[in-house]
Amino acid sequence: MTSIHDGTGRVPAAFLAQGTSSFTDFLGSYAPELLPHRRALPAGAHVDAPHGTTIVAATFPGGVVMAGDRRATMGNLIAQRDIEKVFPADEFSCVSIAGTAGIGLEMTRLFQVELEHYEKIEGTTLSLDGKANRLSTMIRGNLGLAMQGLAVVPMFVGYDPESREGRIFSYDVTGGRYEETNYHSVGSGSLFARGALKKLHRPGMNADQVVRVTVQALYDAADDDSATGGPDLTRSIWPVVFVITADGAHRWSDTEVGMVVRSVVEERMTAPDGPHAAE
Amino acid sequence: MTTPFYISPEQIMKDKADYARKGIARGRSAVVLQYDAGILLVAENWSPALHKISEIYDQIAFAAVGRYNEFENLRIMGVRIADLRGYSYDRRDVTARGLANAYAQTLGTIFSSAGEKPFEVELVVAEVGDNAESDQIYRLTYDGSVADEHGYMVMGGQTEPINAYLESNYSAGQSVEDAVRTAVRALGESGQAAGAEGPRRMAANQLEVAVLDRARPKRKFRRLTRARLEEILGAAPADEPAPAPKSEDGERPPVGPEPPKPGSTDVGGSGGPAL
Repeated sequence: MTSIHDGTGRVPAAFLAQGTSSFTDFLGSYAPELLPHRRALPAGAHVDAPHGTTIVAATFPGGVVMAGDRRATMGNLIAQRDIEKVFPADEFSCVSIAGTAGIGLEMTRLFQVELEHYEKIEGTTLSLDGKANRLSTMIRGNLGLAMQGLAVVPMFVGYDPESREGRIFSYDVTGGRYEETNYHSVGSGSLFARGALKKLHRPGMNADQVVRVTVQALYDAADDDSATGGPDLTRSIWPVVFVITADGAHRWSDTEVGMVVRSVVEERMTAPDGPHAAE
Repeated sequence: MTTPFYISPEQIMKDKADYARKGIARGRSAVVLQYDAGILLVAENWSPALHKISEIYDQIAFAAVGRYNEFENLRIMGVRIADLRGYSYDRRDVTARGLANAYAQTLGTIFSSAGEKPFEVELVVAEVGDNAESDQIYRLTYDGSVADEHGYMVMGGQTEPINAYLESNYSAGQSVEDAVRTAVRALGESGQAAGAEGPRRMAANQLEVAVLDRARPKRKFRRLTRARLEEILGAAPADEPAPAPKSEDGERPPVGPEPPKPGSTDVGGSGGPAL
């Protein structure tokens, strides 16, 4: 571990220094080598790292759903069948990653510590916008690597206790932050997922209906995008689904998601292209 | 040319210890005790915003008495150490023992270094385990000494009457409600209400209470809300606040602010009241 002792037996001054309630800032000043984006790649280097792909999110009155497929690819190979791309960031928000898996996972871990660290130091949580902006800063730090092909594009969703609704934030590789209404999708299969969301998602739906819509959207993404994994019925690998409401972020169990997925797949047996848009 | 006075190392250490003890004795006390489902931390604290008890990590809590700015610095140090260790290794590798060692080193070095005033703090690092036997409660004093405690412990101002009460009334395996009542009743032993016989009664707004609850999934630390406390203690009106305990020689320092009023907490200043 990065030793916390400096040889005098005393904890280094950085630990007792006044000032920041940000873990990232503390890490940047004390152990910058532990930050996800502090890697120097030689110019022109090409790193073949696994990529994670399609993430979808959609809101319903009083909350938001986030779901992700389970496939990681490396070139034309499937690197992992049951990778997780959706993570709880804290009690009331989730973050997910599309792009270079390794860096995305590291960034997610740092983001989780960042939010908890702030909460412990300050005795209160960041606002949802505050959390979304902190994530922005982290992506901005990764721009150098993104230029060399190691891009990470996260999506952030959470329940906002002030407006009492679920909100969705998307990002670009430069750290630009965009708030989305109703639904959004990122990753290589997102074009197809977004088409499905557009046809199937309605603002007044309840949480269960929205979960079903996100599963439909992931099915459509997997249908047309080779880097997105479809439901793996033989191995019972289902999408990761989080539902966030005023009660907090709750991950649906495999049994619950499995039931939805099986019924969606069942329908596709007779209608491979999925439900038709309402007349 | 004048020869500097010789002061023996023993005398220097004794003076420092007396100084730190007096500072701590001015503050209000805190109690930490094990109950059937975890560890309970109770402090007499008039401030709703400045905490004496807080979360350090998933299963680790911190409680302190003494000078606010000093123990707040130590608290932040603990959170940074824990988060750094958890981030660079794994969450399971963050232990109360590691933190207690870091605190012991820091407090000990400050205490014995020439030209530095000792910290006027006493603190506890508590870690809840899978069962009562694996709970760990470390008590740290101003000079960096560490003690491994079991059952209950008291720190702060007038600890003798509180200790005496707990010695005859504490029993292992109490429910959280009983444990809160025991702890609050014990804290009432310190200081006498104006014109009243017996211990002080304390209301929810004079207390800061938190638990490390074994049954919780990941983050075990939870504060007990005012409403929950009132439910446990009953909404009986509190007695008048006791004056903050005086220092050992029976005098307040010549300079310094008044004893703390309800809702106000001094955060620094020479000889000021300790939390």
